[in-house]
Amino acid sequence: MNWIAIRMLTGDAQKFYGLLFGIAFSTLLITQQLTVFVNLIERGASGVYNEPTADVWVMDEVSRTTDVNFPMPSTALEDVRGVSGVEWAVPHLRANASVRTSEGDLEGVTVIGVDDATLIGLPAQMTEGSADVLSRPDTVIIDDVGVGNLFEEGQSPIDVRLELNDQRAVIRGVADAIPSFTSQVTLYTKYSQALQYVPGTRNRLSFILASGADGVTPQQLADRIEAETGLRARTREQFARDGVDFIIENTGIPINFGITVVLGFIVGVAIVGLTFSLFIRDNIKQFGALKAIGVRNGKIRGMVATQACMVGLIGYALGLLGTVGFIWGNSGSSFFKGFYIPWQVPLISLVAMVIIITITGWLALRGVMKTEPAAVFR
Amino acid sequence: MSDAQPISATRSGSAAISARNISRDFQTGQDTIRVLHGIDLDVCPGELTYLVGESGSGKTTLISIMCGILWPTEGSVEVFGTDIYGLKDDDLVNFRLQNIGFIFQQYNLIPAIDAASNAAVPLIAQGMDRRKARAKAAEMLDALNIGDQADKLPNQLSGGQQQRVAIARALVHEPRLVVCDEPTAALDAKSGRRVMDLLRDVALAEGRSVIIVTHDNRIFDLADRILVLEDGRITHDGTDVPDDH
Repeated sequence: MNWIAIRMLTGDAQKFYGLLFGIAFSTLLITQQLTVFVNLIERGASGVYNEPTADVWVMDEVSRTTDVNFPMPSTALEDVRGVSGVEWAVPHLRANASVRTSEGDLEGVTVIGVDDATLIGLPAQMTEGSADVLSRPDTVIIDDVGVGNLFEEGQSPIDVRLELNDQRAVIRGVADAIPSFTSQVTLYTKYSQALQYVPGTRNRLSFILASGADGVTPQQLADRIEAETGLRARTREQFARDGVDFIIENTGIPINFGITVVLGFIVGVAIVGLTFSLFIRDNIKQFGALKAIGVRNGKIRGMVATQACMVGLIGYALGLLGTVGFIWGNSGSSFFKGFYIPWQVPLISLVAMVIIITITGWLALRGVMKTEPAAVFR
Repeated sequence: MSDAQPISATRSGSAAISARNISRDFQTGQDTIRVLHGIDLDVCPGELTYLVGESGSGKTTLISIMCGILWPTEGSVEVFGTDIYGLKDDDLVNFRLQNIGFIFQQYNLIPAIDAASNAAVPLIAQGMDRRKARAKAAEMLDALNIGDQADKLPNQLSGGQQQRVAIARALVHEPRLVVCDEPTAALDAKSGRRVMDLLRDVALAEGRSVIIVTHDNRIFDLADRILVLEDGRITHDGTDVPDDH
């Protein structure tokens, strides 16, 4: 009987494609929006992810994220180095500045000062040049997303001079970095150079990056630093999570994306529910005839369930493919750099589809179950 | 309306259907309307029985009760010795599937499957493999002279051909009782006559009982027995219709 159910469904091409469209559109909307949402809020942790070596980030007790920080006195570095179990600790500066390009454009940038001696604080990969260029005076390394923001497509940023807070800066390398939440241009330079570029108050040290000796876990190290220095110390994972939480708590993004996801769900229920009800209504006489002939209610339920599952699975797959195509198609764009589809997102949209199919299938089935076999004689 | 008195349409000997004291009420808002009034009726095997009467006389209600798709308010129905309304729901559905063939006025064929597959529906519902069921249904279509239309969809067939597919569907699982609702209503006189000749030839074979609800006086001459229903009561039982019909 399931074969008959499938033929009934596919035989009505308009409604069949309407159902597929409804499910696919709904899946696409939910999956795509959730994917963008997850990737966007994860950028709140990009500052942490871009620095691959530190186990623990140490900061003033009021600092919250890589971008929301309060500088510490430079003596804090020695305090941290004096904590037992600290293998190494280096200074890390993050501050905002303005650059004027040779074309005269003004752009807000983030300046990151990495340790002069070890260059700890730089991203792991370079797309152009090498980290060694930082040994040359007035050198900055730009992040690859920043290249897209500051320069025309195809224009090389290498050896381009910038006016960075009224001082000369020359781009001599491009780092492969995860963009920040605001996709602001990021310039990496040595810590000592960064102090020159970014005027500030007496205290200039944004963070101290530290790593533990063998046998000391990041959490143990963070606990010891907090206990012995009174500073705030977060493990890499904790600080990444802090960045994500900050965006969730302080922006309207979760609400906006949430609304779109809910709308996707409602549109799915509406389109699929309406089309499926019309389909069932058009076939109600055939279902009535089947009941009169002697097809049990259980088999009728199975037929409707087969029809619902078929449109659900195909529509879901199409919607998912659409999302993959969307992410893949935009992978060249700096905004979508590094975007991926977390496994939880297709699972959530699958659950949403199952709910849509269950609701609409149940509503449609009610009509069939209410039909008395005797109705075919009327 | 005639002044005819209600009669008992029972027969002696073994009956295919034996209905006793059948009444049926319908609720319309606050009112209860009784559409059948204590009908006694036997239908014998091997007979082509017509149930005739004006619209609203209760024909459709009576035939629905006799074939197990509408519960009577009062009374009992035995079909081939089985008290069908004493069966559990699933058993009654299964009883219909095994023993009764249906021909509907509007055919109610499934538009998306071809003629042979439509005719095979009862066999598929019984659990037969789809290919075997379709092959058997194609043989039935052959017997009804539309074997060459087996691969066509219902909308590619004429009204008469669709009705033959419906007849094939009613007979393919070899039921002992065939119930037809206005089988010629949607057909022209020639096609209707042809379908009825065919139905009489094929359906009545092997001692099957055939009950036909009809208004169509063009086919009254083919009946073995004609029952007239008026206001929910049988008022005539004979081989022809009374003059006032």
